[in-house]
Amino acid sequence: MHIHRYEKIWLWSGAVCLTLFLLIVGVSAFAMGNQPPSHMETIDPEKAVTTPPFDNPGFTKVGEKEYEAVMLAQAFTYTPSKMSVPKGSTVHFKVTSTDVVHGFEIPSTNVNMMITPGYVSEISYTFTKPGKYLILCNEYCGAGHQVMAVTLEVTA
Amino acid sequence: MIDKRDAHLSLAFLTVSFIALFIGAIAGLLQTFVRSGAIELPFSIGYYQLLTAHGVLLALIFTTFFILGFLYAGISKTMGTLYDVPRRTGWLGFVMMTFGTGLATVFILLNKATVLYTFYAPLQASPWFYIALVHVVVGSWLCAFSMWNQYYIWKSRTKNKLSPLFSYMAAMTMALWFVATLGLAATVLLQFIPWSIGWVDKIDILISRTLFWYFGHPLVYFWLLPAYMCWYVVIPKIIGGKIFSDALARLSFVLFLLFSIPVGFHHQLLEPGISHTWKFFQVVLTFMVIVPSLMTAFSMFAVFETAGRKKGARGLFGWIKVLPWKDVRFFAPMMGMLIFIPAGAGGIINASHQLNQVIHNTLWVTGHFHLTVASTVALTFFGICYWLIPYLTGRTLTPRMNKLGIIQTIMWTAGMAIMSGAMHIVGLFGAPRRTSYTTYADHSQAVDWIPYQVAMAVGGTILFLAIILLMYIAWFLAFKAPKGVVDFPVGEVEENAVSTPVILENWKLWVGICAALILIAYTVPFWHMIEHAPPGSPGYKFW
Ligand SMILES: [Cu+2]
Repeated sequence: MHIHRYEKIWLWSGAVCLTLFLLIVGVSAFAMGNQPPSHMETIDPEKAVTTPPFDNPGFTKVGEKEYEAVMLAQAFTYTPSKMSVPKGSTVHFKVTSTDVVHGFEIPSTNVNMMITPGYVSEISYTFTKPGKYLILCNEYCGAGHQVMAVTLEVTA
Repeated sequence: MIDKRDAHLSLAFLTVSFIALFIGAIAGLLQTFVRSGAIELPFSIGYYQLLTAHGVLLALIFTTFFILGFLYAGISKTMGTLYDVPRRTGWLGFVMMTFGTGLATVFILLNKATVLYTFYAPLQASPWFYIALVHVVVGSWLCAFSMWNQYYIWKSRTKNKLSPLFSYMAAMTMALWFVATLGLAATVLLQFIPWSIGWVDKIDILISRTLFWYFGHPLVYFWLLPAYMCWYVVIPKIIGGKIFSDALARLSFVLFLLFSIPVGFHHQLLEPGISHTWKFFQVVLTFMVIVPSLMTAFSMFAVFETAGRKKGARGLFGWIKVLPWKDVRFFAPMMGMLIFIPAGAGGIINASHQLNQVIHNTLWVTGHFHLTVASTVALTFFGICYWLIPYLTGRTLTPRMNKLGIIQTIMWTAGMAIMSGAMHIVGLFGAPRRTSYTTYADHSQAVDWIPYQVAMAVGGTILFLAIILLMYIAWFLAFKAPKGVVDFPVGEVEENAVSTPVILENWKLWVGICAALILIAYTVPFWHMIEHAPPGSPGYKFW
């Protein structure tokens, strides 16, 4: 099929951009490990509250400036609701839902993931700046969805 | 003018689409007020109930009915009067869809289906809501069959002449719709209906979400393709130019069928249960739709430039000046096209694997699809109304209505720039989408989002006024405008353009490749979801 010369130039430059974009995204994902949260572990959503480690949700220190947050998302709150770490700490979040689909987002960080009942979602983040971080639900989960949030305090 | 009976079918679809547009717009206006904290809803109407009405009536009903009305008119214009069977099937489809729409609206208004238009399990609406959706989808399938039937009869009666471009594109659009809605039908029929009625206790959430997004991504292209049909076929005629290349236009539609279907995972990038390798694979496939998008952009600007130069425009950009900016039939779709440039760029950001983490489920996303479907697509549809309604009712587009149309377009563009602009910015700050008014117990960050939500309400108000104006123009064009004859603008192909390769009309080939791509993109991860499925979930009604 005949294609106009200018169109060929246009499409080739488009194809080059496309390849470049995908290359950047791919290198970032597979060479630098910047993968979106894709944890594959399953759990019985109705028995989540009695299944370890979610039978004992909480906030524990697991190393030097390293913490684990085992959290339950349920309409319309997260457990635990109070967390505090010193600046520079890495927190490993391990979250599941006991009812419907929720979101898990910490604004002004890259922490953002879906909490699907039946699955465990995991993400880690290092808090370098002190402040009161909002953890909010960003997936509609019912009439009280807009109040579903807790805070994590990062002390100086 | 097309046959009266075909005009009636087309007008029937347009009427329902306008009613849906009006109710959906009221819901949209109220939402912006609630979200900014300006009002609280009376009569215990819920914010999320309005949001459901807004989404269902605008994203699903307005678009689908408008598209079918437009396609029927164009098919009748380019292939000739509908044959009896296709017309009857079309009416049957219309009746089913309208019944489904009415039923869904009633159940949303009764607060029995406050699950938003994405109805994510395990939030559980009344079974009637899902049954209503099935009627809309199956009704639209009847319309698809009827259009393909028309196409097939036409082809066999004309001894396999090349089909008219418009009708070819219509058939392709319905092919895309049919393949996409298979996923929706599967989850609603096999999962939601038995579960909401109580025949089974539990639902597999990940599978339902995957089937939904298998549909949800191509849905976007189902909205866009009819807008492209207007750009490719109608606009060249309106500006006094020629279609750049019939073959390239068809090729781009083939590519849209192939590349817009097999990719839904980029809507699920942040959820567990799908491995990141498969997510990345679908991200790559998603990016492929950029190719036909770029082809479309090139064709359009090539048409503009050649038409402008024919009128004697000089210099590198002189042709821009001689475009018919004062003709709303051109102006409205053109604004849509221009908005599609930032809208498309935003889409690339959304689909970019890890970049999605910054904006997922924030107001950025809402801003994004208000630029695509609610601007690019809607403005093009409005532009179509200004000639299609008089064409179907045997009236004329008066200079006064043309002027009002220009004002309407400017209002819409300005309102959307304010609303969507504010959504994009505050979304980058992390403000969540689909959330009622809240400051999260006066958290300083959330308090800082409120001014942007006020800006959204300002934009929303302008948009609502624009809808009122549109309703007036549509009503005037349908019932009051002076009788007369306007034409359905169908562009002709440039004389020296290359002839169209026959392979582009080889439907078996394209549908076959499409099916293969879908199988490649979905079989393994889908099988994994079934094999490693957690116990299902019971239903919840949290509203
Ligand atoms: Cu929630």
